[in-house]
Amino acid sequence: MSIAAVAHTGSGPEPGQEPPAATPGRRSSLPYWLLLPGLLWLFVFFAIPIFTLLGTSTQTPVPGGDVGAFEQTFRFANYPEAVREYTEQFVRSFVYAGLATLFALLISYPLAYLIAFRAGRWRNILLVLVVAPFFTSFILRTIAWRQILSEEGFVVSSLKFLHVIPQDMNVTASAVAVVAGITYNFLPFMTLPLYASLERIDPRLIEAGGDLYGSSFAVLRKVTFPLSMPGVVAGTLLTFIPAAGDYVNAALLGTPRTQMIGNVVESRFFRIVDYPTAAVLSFVLMAAILVLVTLYIRRAGTEELV
Amino acid sequence: MSTRGAVLDDAPSRAVPARRRGGPVRWLRRHALQIYGVLAFVYIFTPIAYVTVFSFNEPARTNLTWRGFTLENWQHPCAAPDVCSALGNSLKIGLSATLIATVLGTMIAFALQRHRFRGRAATNTLIFLPMATPEVVLAASLLTLFLNMRVPLGFTTIVIAHVMFCISFVVVAVKARIASLDPRLEQAAADLYANEVETFRRITLPLVAPGILGAALLAFSLSFDDFIITNFVSGNVITFPKFVYVSAQRGIPANAYVIGAAMFFISMLIVLGSELVRRRRVRA
Repeated sequence: MSIAAVAHTGSGPEPGQEPPAATPGRRSSLPYWLLLPGLLWLFVFFAIPIFTLLGTSTQTPVPGGDVGAFEQTFRFANYPEAVREYTEQFVRSFVYAGLATLFALLISYPLAYLIAFRAGRWRNILLVLVVAPFFTSFILRTIAWRQILSEEGFVVSSLKFLHVIPQDMNVTASAVAVVAGITYNFLPFMTLPLYASLERIDPRLIEAGGDLYGSSFAVLRKVTFPLSMPGVVAGTLLTFIPAAGDYVNAALLGTPRTQMIGNVVESRFFRIVDYPTAAVLSFVLMAAILVLVTLYIRRAGTEELV
Repeated sequence: MSTRGAVLDDAPSRAVPARRRGGPVRWLRRHALQIYGVLAFVYIFTPIAYVTVFSFNEPARTNLTWRGFTLENWQHPCAAPDVCSALGNSLKIGLSATLIATVLGTMIAFALQRHRFRGRAATNTLIFLPMATPEVVLAASLLTLFLNMRVPLGFTTIVIAHVMFCISFVVVAVKARIASLDPRLEQAAADLYANEVETFRRITLPLVAPGILGAALLAFSLSFDDFIITNFVSGNVITFPKFVYVSAQRGIPANAYVIGAAMFFISMLIVLGSELVRRRRVRA
């Protein structure tokens, strides 16, 4: 939900700027005291756990020990074994997250464009309406979708009545439902950064495109879209990252055959009590996302991140 | 702002020939974006409407099919066992996590925005990374820490986890607010012989306060709605999202829908209300 934050930075003068030199050159210990408690919290409960995760990933069960008792044996073979066993779930996570990100971009772009350029004084209200789903429970709205898309549900039965979809088609408990759920749940993460960057575009540039006889499509492709690239990059990252790690949509809307890597991590921790494998999978997920994100940012050619 | 909209509204009409009278096709074309917007909002609000409607459903073991309209669920939201205790846990955790995260995050935001110090880059990285890490990884790593240290899971571990992922968002939101302040206001205070502490207390803090309040609301909603991390570090404590998730298997009582819908309308009232107040103030 950095959305609100992202939207905010959009309207602020120059986000991420150096502090104004109100007190030039003066060094005091004050900033360190201000930083200390918060950074300490993040260090102890974010940075250190990444290392305990790394440590757990090379552990093996204590021979003859209780369930859940593991010892450090630096068994790096845990990595290839776990990755080989769950390649399918990894691939599925990235494919589902990629598709959901693409759909979210397609749905959000016109909406963000509408709010940025045509909404006038209703802008802020419409932005609130975009984040409105966040005001109900994430789990509850996912379950609502499950009910809406279900066999007996109004939408599916009327589509079947109209022969838009085949009579024997099942929408829930399918990959389609999982991707649809992810798309819906993370939509505001896409819309708000898109809005923030569209809103910053000088409308005279778009007007100039029209004056130079560019068709509206040409203007969109050559002027508006390139100028909104920072928003596209931020939005896709903010959508893709949580989507790839999500397991709620797959658990509530899918079947065992649509499990994502998050589902495996969860069941390895709680049902099978196999902490090392869960740790390996979490760590590989994080590393894979970091690599993908780095490649993507380089490809998209923008350094303006968040 | 409105001029901007006007400029753009003119643009397409200039492209079409002067004859404006076209038929419905032309009307559709000219309003395509608006029509799309309406459809998009219908899509966004579909599950919310569903939850609201089904909160008025006649109670039964499950809440899957429509049985008839009743106000009973709204009159007795705590009728189903466990719903309200889960809600109470979520509120307690949300308030504690929000308080801690808002204080710590605001302090960091001021340090970053108002001071030069060594280690800025490292600080920014440490704040950015939790937002860029999938929740399940945060959850798994924190759980391994607690397991290794043999920390009993429960209320405290949930609050610890929530503060951890809320701090970054508070920092970003408050920083943006501090950055948007007009520096002349503080300069004026200094010109009027206010010392630094007085300037901060009487000028800076009141001006940043709306940003801090917004950040606190954001932190609360993040904490209140969190499922993935909570599920990993909560032990036996049941929060509201966890309650809904667990009972999804055997049927969610309609009372849970009441709480979901009430949450939505209360948040909407707060946000839209503050927007209306802001507007009136701008006009005045």
